[in-house]
Formats: sequence, C-alpha cells, structure tokens
Amino acid sequence: MTESIFAFNSFAEFLAMGKHGLYVWLCFGITLAAMVLNVALPWLARKRYLNQEARRLRWEAQNESGS
Amino acid sequence: MNWTWFHRLGSPKWFYGISGRWLPLLSVAAVLLLAAGLVWGLAIAPADYQQGNSFRIMYIHVPAAFLAQSIYVSMAICGLVGLVWKMKIADVALQQSAPIGAWMAFIALLTGAIWGKPTWGAYWVWDARLTAMLILLFLYFGIIALGQAISNRDSAARACAVLAVVGVVNIPIIKYSVEWWNTLHQPASFTLTEKPSMPASMWIPLLLMVLGFYCFYAVVLLMRMRLEILRRESRTSWVRAEVTQLTGRKS
Amino acid sequence: MNWNWGSKRMGKVFFLLLVREARLMFRRPGELVNPLVFFAIVISLFPLAVGPESQLLRTLSPGLVWVAALLAVLLSLDGLFRSDFEDGSLEQWVVSPHPLGVLVLAKVLAHWLFSGLPLVLLSPVLALMLGLPTDHIPVLLVSLLLGTPILSLLGAVGAALTVGLKRGGILLTLLILPLYIPVLILGSGVLQAALQGLPTLGFLLWMGSMLMLAITLTPLAIAAGIKISVGE
Repeated sequence: MTESIFAFNSFAEFLAMGKHGLYVWLCFGITLAAMVLNVALPWLARKRYLNQEARRLRWEAQNESGS
Repeated sequence: MNWTWFHRLGSPKWFYGISGRWLPLLSVAAVLLLAAGLVWGLAIAPADYQQGNSFRIMYIHVPAAFLAQSIYVSMAICGLVGLVWKMKIADVALQQSAPIGAWMAFIALLTGAIWGKPTWGAYWVWDARLTAMLILLFLYFGIIALGQAISNRDSAARACAVLAVVGVVNIPIIKYSVEWWNTLHQPASFTLTEKPSMPASMWIPLLLMVLGFYCFYAVVLLMRMRLEILRRESRTSWVRAEVTQLTGRKS
Repeated sequence: MNWNWGSKRMGKVFFLLLVREARLMFRRPGELVNPLVFFAIVISLFPLAVGPESQLLRTLSPGLVWVAALLAVLLSLDGLFRSDFEDGSLEQWVVSPHPLGVLVLAKVLAHWLFSGLPLVLLSPVLALMLGLPTDHIPVLLVSLLLGTPILSLLGAVGAALTVGLKRGGILLTLLILPLYIPVLILGSGVLQAALQGLPTLGFLLWMGSMLMLAITLTPLAIAAGIKISVGE
C-alpha cells in the first residue's frame, strides 16, 4: 500500500482545506497579490523612468549639437 | 575585520554595480524558497490537531510578522549609519524599506485577523501580538508620512532616521507594555503563534518561508534602491551611460 | 559639544530660559486655558456618547481621563517650537555655545509646568464627574504627575521634527501617538489596578523609570530634530 506524502487525498480536498478553504486561500491570495504588486510596481517605475530619461538625454544631445 | 565593503557602500556607483549582480541570485533564491515552503506547507505538512487546516495560514503570518519587525530594526540601523557616517546609501535604504515593512505589517495583521475567525470565532481580538503589530504599522505610516512631508531630500532622510531610531528604542517598551496590558485584561489564553513543539514536517516549511520572505524583501529593496540611485545620480556620466545602454538595447 | 553641566552659567541659562518661557506664555493667558477646556470637553463627550450609566462610566474612567489628558497634551504641543522657529530664536539656540539638549529641556519643562501641570490639577474634578471614587484620587494625581511630563517630552520630539512643516499638526499626532501607547497603558493600568484594589506601587515605579529614561534620552532626539528643521 503506497502512502502519499501529501496531506490531502484529492485535489478537491486540497482546495476545501477541511472547510477552512475560504480563510486559507483568502490569505494566500491576498499575500500573493501584495507580493506581485511589490515587485511589479518598482519594475514598471524603472521602465518608465529609463524611457523618460533616455528621451531627455536624446533631447539634450540634440539641443547641444543644434546650438 | 576588513571594513572596506562598508566604506565602498558610500559610492552609489559601486552599490549599483554589486546589487545588479546580487539581484538575479536573490530572485532565484526567493522563488525557490517560497515555492518549496508553499508546496510543503500547503500540501505536505499534516493538519494541526487542534486547528485543522487553518493553521497553514501560519506559513504567511509568521514570516510576515518577522519581516515587519526586522525591517523596522534594519531601518533604525540604516538611520544610525546615515546620521553618524552621513552615508547617502543608508538614507536611501531606510526610505525605500519603509513601504515594504508597512506591507509586511499589513499582511501580518490581515492574515492574523482572517486566521482568528476559524480559531477564535472573531475577526479581530485585542491579542497582544496583533495589537503590537498594529502599533508597528502606525509607526511605519509615521515614517512614510514624515519622509513625504519634508521637501528637502536630505532633511527628510535625516528626520526619518531620527524617527526610526526613536521608534526602535520604543519597540521593546511597546511590546512589553502591550503584553502586560493583555494579561491584565484577559486570562492567559492561547496565542496565535504559540508554538508547542512542532514536528519537523511543520517547522521546516516555516523556516523555508521565513528565508524566502527575507530574500523577497532583499529583492524588492534592491530594485527600489537601484531606481532611486539612478534618479539621484542622473547627472553623472555612469548613469547616463547606463540609461542609454539599457534603453538602446530595448529599442 | 559643550557639556558645562557643573558650571553656574548653565544653571543660570536654564533658569533664565524658564523665566522667559513663563513670561511669553502669560502674555496670552487665554492660550494657557485652551488645553484645560479641551480636556474638560473631551471628558464630557463620553457620558454623552455612551450614556450616563454610572457603573459603566466608573469602569471606563481611568482610560477616559488618560486618553483625554493625552490628547490635550498632544494638541498643546503643536505650537511648542513654532513661534521660536518663525522669529529665528531656534537658530540662535542651535548656534549658541550651550548644549541644545539642555535648552530644549528648559523649554519642555516650562511648557509642562504651564500646560501639563494644570491638566493634572484639573483631573480630580473631571474624574469625580466620571464617578471615580474619591480615595483613588491620589493615585490618579501621581500617575498623571509622572505621565504627563513623559508625554510632553515625547511630544516635543515630534514637534521638533515637524516645526518647519506647514500642516505639521496632524502629522505630529500621527508620529507621536504610537509612542504614547506604553505611557497610556501604564497610566490607566495603575488606576484600574487601584479600582480593583490591587497594589499600585510597582506600576508607579515603572512610570518613574520611564520618566527618567525620557528625561535623559529625549533631549538628544529633540535637539537632533531641531537641527534638522532649522537646517532645512
């Protein structure tokens, strides 16, 4: 008889978490969202800043060569 | 002990370079640790005898609480370094850490409240640890608000440093008095993170999650600090080169 | 840094500063009364909000008196350094040969003597209105006597950090209220212990040691805050 290492006998049971499913998944879901936000926001900000800055440097270079 | 690395930190360019090399390693470490901890904690660890499966929330609540406290302490250390050695990197680290710490405190509070419902039947109880975490969240808000209210960047950094140091001195006082307040008003009861001896199958995933959270913090902090350094040093030649190189490749 | 602790000049400067503050405060006596009125009004709000049932009010009285006193002290601290900041006296203090920590200590002491101490003296009347039994009045007085200076000192840290800001008032409360919580817990805890007939000396000693800690450490933070605000 093979005993699974998993604590749950089926995926449905895993999702249900023995009637505590709502609480457990709410916690993990919100935390996951928060972590994604904390990684995504700086990353997007960096991209935005780099594009802005690159544009500004090109504009500066143009103006310098123009005048 | 060789303190060269400490003085090298005074150079934003050096920090940017070395953090750029650490970032991918830390990211991989974070993902692996969190994935392993999650799988083990969610699916493999056996259900708790008293709490059933809701105890699995501990795998987020405890690391978040640890991080919320450690981040504040590290902010105070950065504050001290910034005040004493006038190191700009310390200023940047402090102000960029504050929102991350606030998020951690918030997650600890939220998961604590949600965990409380199946455990104690109520979404919020004035438990000593939850109350202390709430106060910590207020302390974070204070530092963030002060940093945004002062327009001069260096004054803002120094003010936040002073506040962080004052706050960190108060944290043990706050924790002690809140715990005392709690015993004063209700008999000693089961606390959320009371740890009767946990079997290895339960605490190993917890350790993995804690380490994963720390790596996550390091990754987010480095990302934020690097952007701030680029902003601050935008007039220097190395930043101009970096910007053109990064955007040149993309276009 | 000039630590002329033992010199007579330092003591004289401290005293002169106290006298100056007293004179300035008495020029506008109306402002001195404001915290007291606020204290009384806030305490009156509670019976209006929770009902006049005497048992409930008596149970709540330690906490209510303390929260009201705490808020009154906090509000009175907003303007602590503002007038000195605006007329340039703060800058003079920073560059003066005297240690800034001692100067601010004199300023906070003056503020407490004329704002905090009157609150303490008014508290028995208000506590009686909430139904606190008369034999607990001495404990109330001692707890507030020990606690309000701590509140003044901690609040001064926030006042120093925010004095240069335009709408520093509410930010000040946000910064300082978390730090007030241990004082609040201890202060109202003493009173609740007294109400339940438990010994209070231990709590009072704890408050005394917090006061000593505050007197020694906060001047450093206040001085640092002032230097930052002035240097802005």
